[in-house]
Order: sequence, then structure tokens, then C-alpha cells
Amino acid sequence: MRAPKDGAPRSMLWRDRFIGWIIGAFCAAPALWLIYRLFNDQLGANPVEALIRQSGVLALQMLLVTLAVTPVAKIARQPWIIRHRRTIGLWAFATVLMHLSSYLFIDKEMDWAEIGKDILKRPYITIGMAAFVMLVPLAITSLDRIRRAMGPHRWRRLHQLIYVIVPAGVLHYYLLVKADHRPPLVYAGIAALLLGWRAWSFYAKRRPPIKRSA
Amino acid sequence: MLIRHAPDLKDCDVTDKALYLRRREFLTAGAGSAAGFMLPLGAAQAAGLAYKPGVVKTDEKLTPKEDVTTYNNFYEFGTDKSDPAKNAGTLKPRPWSVVVDGLCDKPKTFGIEDILKTYPLEERIYRLRCVEAWSMVIPWIGFPLRDLLKAVEPQSKARYVAFQTLNDPKQMPGQRSGVLDWPYREGLHINEANNNLAILAVGLYGDVLPNQNGAPIRLVVPWKYGFKSIKSIVRISLVEKMPKTTWNMMAQDEYGFYANVNPKVDHPRWSQAKERRIGEFNRRPTLMFNGYGEQVASMYAGMDLRRFY
Repeated sequence: MRAPKDGAPRSMLWRDRFIGWIIGAFCAAPALWLIYRLFNDQLGANPVEALIRQSGVLALQMLLVTLAVTPVAKIARQPWIIRHRRTIGLWAFATVLMHLSSYLFIDKEMDWAEIGKDILKRPYITIGMAAFVMLVPLAITSLDRIRRAMGPHRWRRLHQLIYVIVPAGVLHYYLLVKADHRPPLVYAGIAALLLGWRAWSFYAKRRPPIKRSA
Repeated sequence: MLIRHAPDLKDCDVTDKALYLRRREFLTAGAGSAAGFMLPLGAAQAAGLAYKPGVVKTDEKLTPKEDVTTYNNFYEFGTDKSDPAKNAGTLKPRPWSVVVDGLCDKPKTFGIEDILKTYPLEERIYRLRCVEAWSMVIPWIGFPLRDLLKAVEPQSKARYVAFQTLNDPKQMPGQRSGVLDWPYREGLHINEANNNLAILAVGLYGDVLPNQNGAPIRLVVPWKYGFKSIKSIVRISLVEKMPKTTWNMMAQDEYGFYANVNPKVDHPRWSQAKERRIGEFNRRPTLMFNGYGEQVASMYAGMDLRRFY
């Protein structure tokens, strides 16, 4: 947790920390609930499939929540929310890890030859794996020490990878669906909205202010 | 990641073996009393179906009825596999009729009761292999498709058999969405339809078919991927040309007309070499023709199964 800016009262730090824990608990709860149901035979006739599907959807949802932090904070003029972006992002990464490990270790039983073939031959797996590879440096550079060493400019540049990762995640979902494309399209719409807001605010910032007629 | 091994079956999930082995006594007793007192069909249904047990057997463990009836692909009731069990209550399997027409001398509309009376029912325990790489072992109750086809006297021009599911969004709410091109259509080559393994099923686990499994009558072709085994059939037509089939229309490169189970020909998006048997944790190798090569392979002699997938 980052300390508040110099001069902020000490109580602020504790409030921040407390809110951080609550947010963390909310982020962890759905994944823990999924694991609980896996171990208690509550995932239906094909628990392995259910685990992969549900952890995948959850990971996508978490990534979208991460992507929503900045617009929400700015639109609501509540900058303190951004201090919790890292907590949410790291939980999103943990959920992605859960999704990926259920594919590698449980579904494919570490049959690396088959997994390699999957990655090469099946576009939705290629794309999903690429998205994961891009996500790893973002998680690593969330460490305070590394982040400070990178400097804000480089750090931000790197973390703009999320603008590629999230659409890749949506495409990964869209490509594996057999017939009912409505759910992935809903996520595509949300992602487009969140990325569109960024494009719009970037563009608006660069434009000279428009003179308004009285 | 820690996984409890084999989350599949607890002792209490399985019918006690001794009781299970005696199930036919109960059924026979039920059917006998139904016939004896001329009870209406409803009562006979409640007591199960009268059938000849074990016509096709396997020593493999049956998939629990709970799983067979709650894990279904039946998009007419929703695209999630738990949807059909929840939503299929709107389907009315009685009264029901099946039109059998096309290139035949005696086209006929069969009432479901006629069918049950006319064709002696058999129990056939088949493996079912879904194109999604999972499988089950299901004790179906039904009769050979060819017996029904014989009754309408197919003409020699008839080379294929086309099947259609009911098309009624009131009974099948999933049809209000355009996820598939309704009605669901399937087809077989006439030789496949005449193969002894191809049956029309009217029941499973000794009882009438639950709605979510394709009540009141469905096709079962165990050497082909599950989507070929069309459910809730209202029309069977003898035709000259290869009929259009739903999943093939949806994605031609993914779902072929033949759709024979084949571990060597991958689905473009996943391998078909292995399958997960429902109730088991580890995958098992998929067998050519789902293990029914002895009965069906000769029909495809000389055919390039990679091309005609």
C-alpha cells in the first residue's frame, strides 16, 4: 500500500489501508467461492470444465474492473480510488493465474506436447497465452521498488499494455464460444466503453480548449 | 494448485448394487400390473418402461443418472449445460407425433403411443462421446431406427434420412434466440440409419426420457459425436440428397455431416484424441468410432475420414 502524500494526516493512512483490505477481500471472494465449490462437488457434472470456464470469465471481469478504476475515479472526482488500482490489478492477475493453471495442470494434465500444439494451432489459445505473457511484467512491476526504479514515465508506458491485454482476453473468449456469442459481446462492449473513454480523454486533453460563446 | 482427487463419486451417489441388480424385478412388476389393470399410460410411465434388458451391454461404469439428466447440450432450452434441466419443463411430450415421409411408399404419422406399442423396447448401454471432448455411459431404452423406417417402405432412391426437432418457441424458449438456425436438423446416410446400433430412444435408466434428454423420442448413434443424436424428433424424411444439418450449417469446417468419433481428426479448436468421462478426473484416450468399429467401420471402408469428417 502506498503511503499518502506528505502532509496527509496519519488517520488517512489507516483508512486507506482498511479500505484496501476490504477491496482485496471483495476481489478474492469470487475466486475463493469457486474453489470452495470445486472442493465440495458443487460445480456440476464436469467440474474441470466449469472451473476453467468460470475462472476465465472471472479473470476477464476482474481485468475490466481494473480498467474501470481510472475512469470511475476521474469521473467521480475521487482520486483516492486510484490508490487501490494495484490491489485490484494484482487480484485480477491472480485470477488469470488460476484460470491458466486449471488449463495447464488440471485439464491438460501437464501434457506439454499437447499444450504446445494447442498454443500453435488454436488461435484462441495463442491469443490467451499472449495476453498472459504480457500481463506478467505488469504484475512484476507492481512492486514498489521496481516501480520507483522504473520512473513514472516508463512505468506508465509499460502498463499501457493493458489496453492490448484486455481486448486480447475478450477475443480469446469470443473465439472459443460455439454458438452463443452474446456473453463475449457484452464484455467486448464494456471493454470498448472503457478504452473509448481513455481515447476520448486523451484526445480532449491534447486539444486546445474551445472558446464557448456566451 | 491443490485438488482433491476424484471429486466424482461418493458411495451414496451410487444405487446400491444389490438393489440395482434387482431393478428389473421392480420394473417388470410395475409393467405387469400396468398391463393387468389396464392402467392409463401415465401410471405405466411412473412405473418405468417394459423392455428387454441388456441387449447391448458394457462392463464400463454407468454415468450417474443425476449427471445424465443435468448436464445436457440442448440449445432449445438454453446454451448452458445446466439450462435444459431447469427450463425443459415447458416441453409437452404428450401428445406427440412423428411424421415419417419423403421417398417411401407408405408415409405415415406415428403417434408416440403407437410407437411404444408397436416396437419392442430394448435396453442398450452405449457410450456417448460429445464433440466437446467429454463422454458418458448411458443405459438407453429404445428400438432400432430401421424397424420404423421399414414400416414406411423406403424407395431405392432414398439415400439419406433427414431428422427434425420440434420448432415451437412456446415449448422451447431457447428458440426465441437466434443462436442456431431452428429447427434443429440432423441426417444420416441410409446405411447408417439401417445399422443395428442406430436407435430411436424413448427412455433411459428404465424410465421415459426426461424432457432435457430429448423427450419423447430421440436418435442415438453412439459411434458419432453427440450432436448427431437429435432430440425431440417430429419429422423423419427419406431423401435423395445429403440433407442440411444444423451444426454443419453453423460452422462447416468444425462439424462435418458424418461426425464419426475419430481421435485422429481434431476439431479445429481442440484435440479429439482424449476425452473426459463425466465423473472421472483424468482424461482417457478416445476410441475410433467411439469403440464401435466392429459394427460400423465397414460402412466407411475406403473413405478418407479426414476429408469426410
